[in-house]
Amino acid sequence: MTIAVAMSGGVDSSTAAALLAENYSNGETPRVIGLTMQLWNQRRLPSLIGAGVDGPDGPAAGRCCSLDDAYDARRVAAFLNLPYYVVNIESAFEATVVHPFIASYLRGETPVPCSLCNTEIKFSRFVETALQIGADRIATGHYARIRFDSTCGRYQLLCAADRSRDQSYFLFGLTQEQLARTLFPLGELTKVEVRAIARRKNLPVADKADSQEICFVPTGNYRRFIAAYLSEQAQATAPFSGEIVSSDGRVLARHGGIHNYTIGQRKGLGFTGGKPYYVTKIDPAHQHVIVGTASELMHRQLIARDVNWIVPAREGDRFDADVKIRHQHLPAQARVEALRHCQAAVEFLEPQRAITPGQAAVFYRGEEVLGGGWIASVSD
Amino acid sequence: MRRIYFDNNATTSVAPEVFEAMRPYFVEQYGNASSIHWFGQQARAAVEAAREQVARLLNARSNEIIFTSGGTESDNTAIFGVVGAARSETKHVVTAAIEHHAVLHTCKALEKRGVNVTYVRVGSSGVVDPTDIQRAIRPDTVLITVMHANNEIGAVQPLEEIGCIAREAGIPFHTDAVQSVGKIPVDVERLGVDLLSLSAHKINGPKGAGAFYLRRGTVLRPLLYGGHHERDRRPGTENVSGIVGLGKAAELARSQLAEEAERVARLRDQLEAGILDRVPLATVTGDRARRLPTTTNIRFDYIEGEAFVIAMDLRGIACSTGAACSSGAVEPSHVLTAVGLTPAQARASIRFSLGRFNTADDVEEALRIIPAVVEQLRAISPHYKEQVVARQPSTAGKSI
Repeated sequence: MTIAVAMSGGVDSSTAAALLAENYSNGETPRVIGLTMQLWNQRRLPSLIGAGVDGPDGPAAGRCCSLDDAYDARRVAAFLNLPYYVVNIESAFEATVVHPFIASYLRGETPVPCSLCNTEIKFSRFVETALQIGADRIATGHYARIRFDSTCGRYQLLCAADRSRDQSYFLFGLTQEQLARTLFPLGELTKVEVRAIARRKNLPVADKADSQEICFVPTGNYRRFIAAYLSEQAQATAPFSGEIVSSDGRVLARHGGIHNYTIGQRKGLGFTGGKPYYVTKIDPAHQHVIVGTASELMHRQLIARDVNWIVPAREGDRFDADVKIRHQHLPAQARVEALRHCQAAVEFLEPQRAITPGQAAVFYRGEEVLGGGWIASVSD
Repeated sequence: MRRIYFDNNATTSVAPEVFEAMRPYFVEQYGNASSIHWFGQQARAAVEAAREQVARLLNARSNEIIFTSGGTESDNTAIFGVVGAARSETKHVVTAAIEHHAVLHTCKALEKRGVNVTYVRVGSSGVVDPTDIQRAIRPDTVLITVMHANNEIGAVQPLEEIGCIAREAGIPFHTDAVQSVGKIPVDVERLGVDLLSLSAHKINGPKGAGAFYLRRGTVLRPLLYGGHHERDRRPGTENVSGIVGLGKAAELARSQLAEEAERVARLRDQLEAGILDRVPLATVTGDRARRLPTTTNIRFDYIEGEAFVIAMDLRGIACSTGAACSSGAVEPSHVLTAVGLTPAQARASIRFSLGRFNTADDVEEALRIIPAVVEQLRAISPHYKEQVVARQPSTAGKSI
């Protein structure tokens, strides 16, 4: 078996690589190959790093976390004596992750680029590259588990043993073929154990801080990122303004673009009222940000689109599941119905706060992921 | 695992003779070549002997050779130096679209300083048409710079003709000869160049050493300022061991130039013919008659060059998608697009560059591995399945 391990330069993927190397690198030919996906050129939007452009590729001084992370990944691979390569998939990443991310915000949604990246890049482009270079398995540092169920001959996606680190929410898009080829070496470990292994093995990144932000928005300020990207693309940002409207139709203020708002947001609305206002809805057709009371944030129903069923479901199938509507959400009991055109209807037993279009709705039964999709609409 | 190195245009192994020649200049003969004492004199003698060796390889005079840190510095010094010294109201430079980035990006930097640059295009052969150079010349042209041999496809440029044109027009003529020196005859008189850049590590010398030829009477403003080294053209304490290595490498190349070129060309041709024979949909890019003996650039349609290079490396064979300095770049090679390849074709192109230490065994082993690797990559390519596999029955049935 030859395994290509996706190395981001962080402690998780580095430890995953170390665990695999320990098990497999005893043979003569390399059995574990380190790969880093170069996804985004951080020097591309100079206004975000506060530097002007000088020379054909911009200033070397604007070194960014992405390059530094590839540097760390290379150090770890060298430390583990693994063959290591950087694969440039910037254009695919821009087309399948960055573009939809921005388009989603401009539609008034709040996207989850990491899930999109997993589906479109890590478990498709990366798997393709891995197969091309002769690997038959890929591994990542995700906290999740895969189990083969011999009774039905299918692969199951399960939560991580360390529920506080579980990343199965971001992996709902995996197909059987992808699950069959994938290893999650950290799935049975806690974060504390992973750090301990990294230290025991003296990995150069053992004490590196966890990354928090979206990888291509290193400042964490996605609003500035969108503005910089759109201006690079020479798209006028002028039309991005509209009204903030109360749920009973009163215009309360103006805003500078619906992409600056997310459902449930309370701070930064740009006006003060007598009672606390929350963003309850975003209406892209009229460029309206609709605000209301906390109780208006509560909904019971949603429709999910582009649903991927890990446990097969046919149109009309109805079943009970625990449904998670954002990464930090505690899964809530619901009734799920598989609809045509890869859609699903979800009805929660209890109303849920701030169900947000663009986020993923992931269906669980116990620790098993049954499937999931993107929240398209919310009702009731 | 046996390792085979087919990336000699990126860099080469230091020849054992070169290494031995350099060895005394680290610990024993460590003098500063500018010092008055015995130590300095030993170093000075070594530097001047190397200058002779390099001059002989180029049919130049030794006082026309200036040592630098390598090809990039030589190119920068020549181009900035000539343009900087020119005294005209407006300045214009003629170069070619297929130059190495050491020249191309230097010209881009000149453009930012108000210099006009014409990038002469090439046809599918990868060879510049001298009449295009002639046509590009303007009254304010202060420099013509055209590479001798292209690093990606090996195309050898008609420098003699361009040299005549430059001389007639009275314009200084520089060539980046980093890839040609030591591989094909380079005679500065015959080529009619006024400046020429070369690098040691491309000809089995050490990295970090290079030189440029500066014809007597050519006016140059230095790039760096400091001491009076290298006749005020290039300050900085001489890299004595590196210069000695460059000299020895030049001598080695000169003494075996014709037979080594023939030997390498034979290996390259075997590799190329073997690949074309065994791999469907493989095409050589550029003019096969007019190129370096070391180089072949082959396009394997429906593969991703980056993945091919990795897959080959995992099987012990080193090759490349193009210039090493551009690896990982998003943009397809400017050279391959200049000769008319689409971006997808450029990304499917692989450069094999052979050198002094390659053998017939290397070629045989590579020919065993390459078809399998191409097959492995194409098996996963959705385009290959759509375009080629799916079409096969229908084209066979038609019997065109």
